[in-house]
Amino acid sequence: MRAAKSLAGFAAGIIFAIGLGISEMTRPDKIKNFLDIAGNWDPSLLFVMGGAVGVSFIVFRLTRGRAKPMLGDNFLEPSRTQIDGRLVGGAVLFGAGWGLSGFCPGPAVTALATGLPQVLVFVMGMGLGMIGYRLVTQGSAAPAGAVTGQSATAGASAAAVTEDTCG
Amino acid sequence: MTEFTPVSALIGGALIGVAVSALWLFNGRLAGISTIVGDALVPRMPDVQWRWTFLAGLIAGGLLLRAVRPEAFAGGVEGSLLVLGAAGLLVGVGTRMGGGCTSGHGVCGMARLSVRSMVSVAVFMIVAGLVVYAARHLLQGGLS
Repeated sequence: MRAAKSLAGFAAGIIFAIGLGISEMTRPDKIKNFLDIAGNWDPSLLFVMGGAVGVSFIVFRLTRGRAKPMLGDNFLEPSRTQIDGRLVGGAVLFGAGWGLSGFCPGPAVTALATGLPQVLVFVMGMGLGMIGYRLVTQGSAAPAGAVTGQSATAGASAAAVTEDTCG
Repeated sequence: MTEFTPVSALIGGALIGVAVSALWLFNGRLAGISTIVGDALVPRMPDVQWRWTFLAGLIAGGLLLRAVRPEAFAGGVEGSLLVLGAAGLLVGVGTRMGGGCTSGHGVCGMARLSVRSMVSVAVFMIVAGLVVYAARHLLQGGLS
């Protein structure tokens, strides 16, 4: 099961990267030209999101009511619904970094394939930022996800993982 | 300057949707890339293998693109190492604080009709737009 899930992850990663590449979302200049409404605006990114959201929306709908995915034990959806300072503050910081570089996480990891030092430095900065944020907010406590599945804390830690899982 | 490419954008976008769908149907997980990277970096994270293989898949896809569709990386990367490192830090901290990025909030969250994600997308797009405007039109590329 673990091997099958790893293989599915690998395949999904390749398809994701090819989608990014075909739409040229791997190009920071294309991203910046989308963000720069005052310049020669390139609205391509809206069409990329439209295509991605459209397909995902249909598949999410079709799997409603299903108990289990084909390989895993459960579907994991984010439980957080509140709109708070953390959500907005995080979006502000992320937006600033995205605008400065033209990179968000997916295209940046994909562009590691170019071997360009700027990409490597961006991804290293991103990893450091993620680890730093976790250490600062969780202190030296064990990571929430690390104990998932152990009966005593399974409920609480599963919720903690869910809370952070995108969206 | 880049051209508006609606057809390849839609096709590429749909493929991203296929990847999101595959990870959901098979593994029951959302393809929010910042969350996948963040979780992969957590020590002793359970069920971590598929996260690393997903990221390896992204890089493998990148290598494939380099060979078959080099336009994907045309234009290079502008900006000094200092600016890119700082931008990476901002993206790392911001995506963990806000719980997602363009894929997690922008694709998965929007497709799940999450209001939280819609707020996030609106905020990060406006801020990114302001930063690009400042860098290109006020500082005349002084930041890059």
